[in-house]
Amino acid sequence: MEYNRVEITEEAALVVEKLKQQHGEVIFHQSGGCCDGSSPMLLPKEDFYIDDNDILLGEVSGVPFYMSHDQFEYWKHTHLTVDLTDGRGASFSLEIPLGKRFIIRSRLLKEEEIAYLNKK
Amino acid sequence: MNYSKPKFKEIYGNFINGEFEDPDDGEYFDNHSPIDNKLLAKYPRSKESDVKKAIEAANNAKDAWGKTSVGERSAILMKIADVIEANLNEFAQMETADNGKAIRETVNADVPLAIDHFRYFASVIRAEEGSATELNENTVSLIIREPLGVVAQIIPWNFPLLMLAWKVAPALASGNCVVLKPAEQTPASATFLAEKIAHLLPPGVFNVIHGFGPEAGKPLASSGKVDKVAFTGETTTGQLIMQYASKNLNPVTMELGGKSPNIFFNSIMDHDDDFLDKCIEGAVLFAFNQGEVCTAPSRLLIQEDIYDAFIEKVIARTEAIKMGDPFDMNTMMGAQASNDQQEKILSYIEIGKEEGAKVLTGGGAKKLEGDLSKGFYVQPTILKGHNKMRVFQEEIFGPVLAVCTFKDEAEAIEIANDTLYGLGAGVWTRDAHQLYQVPRAIKAGRVWVNCYHDYPAHAPFGGYKKSGFGRENHLMMLNHYRQTKNMLISYDKKKLGFF
Repeated sequence: MEYNRVEITEEAALVVEKLKQQHGEVIFHQSGGCCDGSSPMLLPKEDFYIDDNDILLGEVSGVPFYMSHDQFEYWKHTHLTVDLTDGRGASFSLEIPLGKRFIIRSRLLKEEEIAYLNKK
Repeated sequence: MNYSKPKFKEIYGNFINGEFEDPDDGEYFDNHSPIDNKLLAKYPRSKESDVKKAIEAANNAKDAWGKTSVGERSAILMKIADVIEANLNEFAQMETADNGKAIRETVNADVPLAIDHFRYFASVIRAEEGSATELNENTVSLIIREPLGVVAQIIPWNFPLLMLAWKVAPALASGNCVVLKPAEQTPASATFLAEKIAHLLPPGVFNVIHGFGPEAGKPLASSGKVDKVAFTGETTTGQLIMQYASKNLNPVTMELGGKSPNIFFNSIMDHDDDFLDKCIEGAVLFAFNQGEVCTAPSRLLIQEDIYDAFIEKVIARTEAIKMGDPFDMNTMMGAQASNDQQEKILSYIEIGKEEGAKVLTGGGAKKLEGDLSKGFYVQPTILKGHNKMRVFQEEIFGPVLAVCTFKDEAEAIEIANDTLYGLGAGVWTRDAHQLYQVPRAIKAGRVWVNCYHDYPAHAPFGGYKKSGFGRENHLMMLNHYRQTKNMLISYDKKKLGFF
């Protein structure tokens, strides 16, 4: 049985596909902090500097999903699903002009998932 | 006084070079009120060409504006404050319609504080002096402050007018021209202000551009023709804006939120008096502005020997929060700013429950009647858990309080500092030693001692750690908008002797 840390809903995946056609290669980066924080941001790949301070949680719809290491320390026991909601977010995330917003749904990882993911 | 939704025009423009302009490609976006999800007005969906026009107007205005005397600039800022004051109720109603917050807050906090910020910065620049230092008997060093030129400012939606005042007042006071992008959820008050003060400022000194982050925010933050970028928002966009600014070697200031601890020591319950009453309110201030505050006291730390007695009072006060029509002066808590915010808040309550947090009160969306049933309301919620839970570590930006206990001072400080952020904190005690020592041990830019959520001009505000940098609300912000010119003058007639 294979497990992962992050998944995406069908509805969100459709929007990601649309934005990939418009903007080329993109990445997800999980934001923290004020206002529109605590939400995933979809950004053009060349725009956002990724380095050893970020951790790759996995890929959704062929898009890498990153989070900063120190934030991951507080998130590592949870499984994430990128979902979509209507809304008018303020940030530089690419879906904003569509009147849509990516949102994270979370659940606790089960013991067998944690064991599998820690081995990887 | 009865308050109600103010009249909006159908369509608004960008404010560029002293005039309202349509966006180049004629595209607009709908701005809905979170109170009932009804359309308020349309605002420009600006693109790069519009942003460039605003930046050009600011650049054309900067030399003349930078040379105005402090007396002239001070007088103009005073007049801006007077205009806001003369229209206080209208600004408050607009802010409530646009953001969803209760009118009792906009009338008594948002707008009066914005007025005072303009007056504060109008005043301090009259009292400021540079310096002249005699380095030796023939050498004098003069320090003179000069404006940077054109400043790009991107502000959030939780206090639309007040965040404008925090950023625009010091930038104009120090002689800069401004291109401001309000958040796309709350474009109303910045536009209303531009209408009211257009006659006070030379064209191009103050410009307002509406639109979405990736379309209008990005060309503004990455422009080589601005001299500084100031941002309030979340961490990923903060990093992105710093990257854009780094390409131009531009300075930035960032305010990126927090997860502020509010610590209550056992001595607060030594007496049942006014101070204890103030402490209970202090804990319930998590619900102020629907929790949509960068410094929301969203982690409640209670000393374990008073936990049962104190939390009982906090729950009772929380359950007495009156929700309803935000235009009713008796309403204490209004709507969340948007549908996606409401969704996010509810998703956090869910993961909190899954992690084992106990719901002490609230725990879901709030259903209101009539037109309000289409708005975005959340019950004030208290979750009991421990500091490693995600609801204790992430800014939910809603009326959700995460509570835990601590044994002693050392544990209180350890929990308080176990966070990525460091913007605000609260310390409540009757112990004179704790009053000084605990705030000093907390890694945060603002520690409220026996109070919370007070934001007077003249007290510096800004973050440690991932909460950003820069200090707003204080004259030290002027230097974040200025260059330092040093003139090093020799009065010696003799040469150095090298050549």
